[in-house]
Amino acid sequence: MLQVAIQKSLGDFQLDVSFDAPSGVTAIFGRSGSGKTSLVNAVAGLLHPDAGRIALGDQVLFDDGAGIHRAPQQRRVGYVFQDARLFPHMSVERNLRYGGDHDADRVIDVLGLGDLLTRRPAGLSGGEKQRVALGRALMSDPQILLLDEPLAALDAPRKAEIMPYIERLRDDVQVPMLYVSHDVSEVARLATTLVILDAGSVVAAGPVGEVLSRPAAVPLLGVRDAGAVIVTKVAGRLLDDGLTELVFSGGRIMLPGILGVLGQTVRLRIPAQDVILARTVPEGISALNVLPVTITALEQGRGPGVAVGLKAGDDALLARVTRRSAQRMELAVGQQVFAIIKATAVGPEDVG
Amino acid sequence: MMDALGPAEWAAIWLSLRVAIAATICALPVAIAIAYLLARKEFPGRQFLNGLVHLPLVMPPVVTGYLLLVVFGRQGAVGAFLYDVFGITLAFRWTGAALAAAIMAFPLMVRAIRLAIEAVDPGLEDAAATLGASRWRIFGTLTLPLIAPGVLAGAVLGFAKALGEFGATITFVAAIPGQTQTIPSAIYGLLQVPGEEPAVLGLVIVSIILAMGALLLSEWLGRVMARRVGR
Repeated sequence: MLQVAIQKSLGDFQLDVSFDAPSGVTAIFGRSGSGKTSLVNAVAGLLHPDAGRIALGDQVLFDDGAGIHRAPQQRRVGYVFQDARLFPHMSVERNLRYGGDHDADRVIDVLGLGDLLTRRPAGLSGGEKQRVALGRALMSDPQILLLDEPLAALDAPRKAEIMPYIERLRDDVQVPMLYVSHDVSEVARLATTLVILDAGSVVAAGPVGEVLSRPAAVPLLGVRDAGAVIVTKVAGRLLDDGLTELVFSGGRIMLPGILGVLGQTVRLRIPAQDVILARTVPEGISALNVLPVTITALEQGRGPGVAVGLKAGDDALLARVTRRSAQRMELAVGQQVFAIIKATAVGPEDVG
Repeated sequence: MMDALGPAEWAAIWLSLRVAIAATICALPVAIAIAYLLARKEFPGRQFLNGLVHLPLVMPPVVTGYLLLVVFGRQGAVGAFLYDVFGITLAFRWTGAALAAAIMAFPLMVRAIRLAIEAVDPGLEDAAATLGASRWRIFGTLTLPLIAPGVLAGAVLGFAKALGEFGATITFVAAIPGQTQTIPSAIYGLLQVPGEEPAVLGLVIVSIILAMGALLLSEWLGRVMARRVGR
């Protein structure tokens, strides 16, 4: 468990954040300039906060009251920078072993680095560089992994190449991670806990599914990217139609494609703008997924849209409708309505 | 052609090489340390230190030589101490010529090395720190190898400057044949005497050969290092 409560003035910018990161992947989400990197640098010891406390488990890394400011060398953090920061004059193997050779064989195997060992960083692709940087951080036997937008500099195919490695780390290697990102689908796929930063402050924090389905989070995430995350199980396959049937507490959803074997857990992100609301069970429409839901919150933003919080069974969903529709339908908290999810709206990047 | 060079001229050549090599080798570690301080550290008096380092570059060399005489002469503050405690005399000795050459070459070396240090991404040093490397290990395994081409360039520049240093040297240690008479002061001395043109020409050619040799050597070493550093 990482506990952070720090303040720092950086020119006109004020960083004032406080949150707890339990084990698993904690995503730090925010626009550029919201203080994400400064926060991670403070955890790593590369930035000296003006006041506050940072503790990792029972070890205090920083406490201005007690006069503690541990050097980066003594914090045992594995930091993967956005720009990889491989040492250009060393081979991949020397880079990997620079901080130690903890679990070297497995790290090299898990990250698929065996063929790169004798190469120089200058000859690697962006995705390969990030894999080496990840391996180098892991081999230093860190107590926590800090990943500062490790995929931001990569194009979509390279992202798709690295993502499974990070998921394997999350599931296999029991090292807590702070994962900085400004990509909602990345966050939804990887994170267990979500902290949203805006202008240097924490504006939302909690389990990822819960935070993402808060109507108040819609303007923070961006109206196009907002959407709830639900955990489903594969209940069956409709082979003739090429669909997979998934069940969750709120009912069943059918999605195109083969999303896993029977009984497998699948995380699903359902974009708010792809959920349509109806007061009665609609008839004669093409959408396959119609779920009975209860309205839990209505959040009006500055624009023409209204974010609608929904409860489907024990899970939360999020819909975004226009203010005009909300008024015409007389939507109100506590009301029973139907949520319609178009099967093709949930893209492959939303399934993990 | 080389017949024109008598024993006095050869003595001046060997002395010049000895002075320039000693000056470069002694000044280099100090220049690296000062360049690192100036490039990477914030401290009070940083601008003053920067000015002090550059002083020999902008002052008339004769003034530098005179100040050396005042400070390092037998009666000077440091000179008297060195003589009383260690029995070392610098004034009018080849070691004094090396000191004068080192001081004159110092600003050039610091400038070249500082540029190289500033070109190294401090982010790499941060990354090494998070991997647990101590400051000295970071310097030895990252900073120094990455600035090696710049250090080499600074050393060659300093060597060339030391080889050609005249004003401060002749003021501080005069031009005693076989003791402190380097190539430039030998050429100057020969020019005062009629009929010594062949010897002057010989020394001029040797000067050019030494300068070109140093330049070519550094180009080659620089390429080898740059390849090793992966740039």
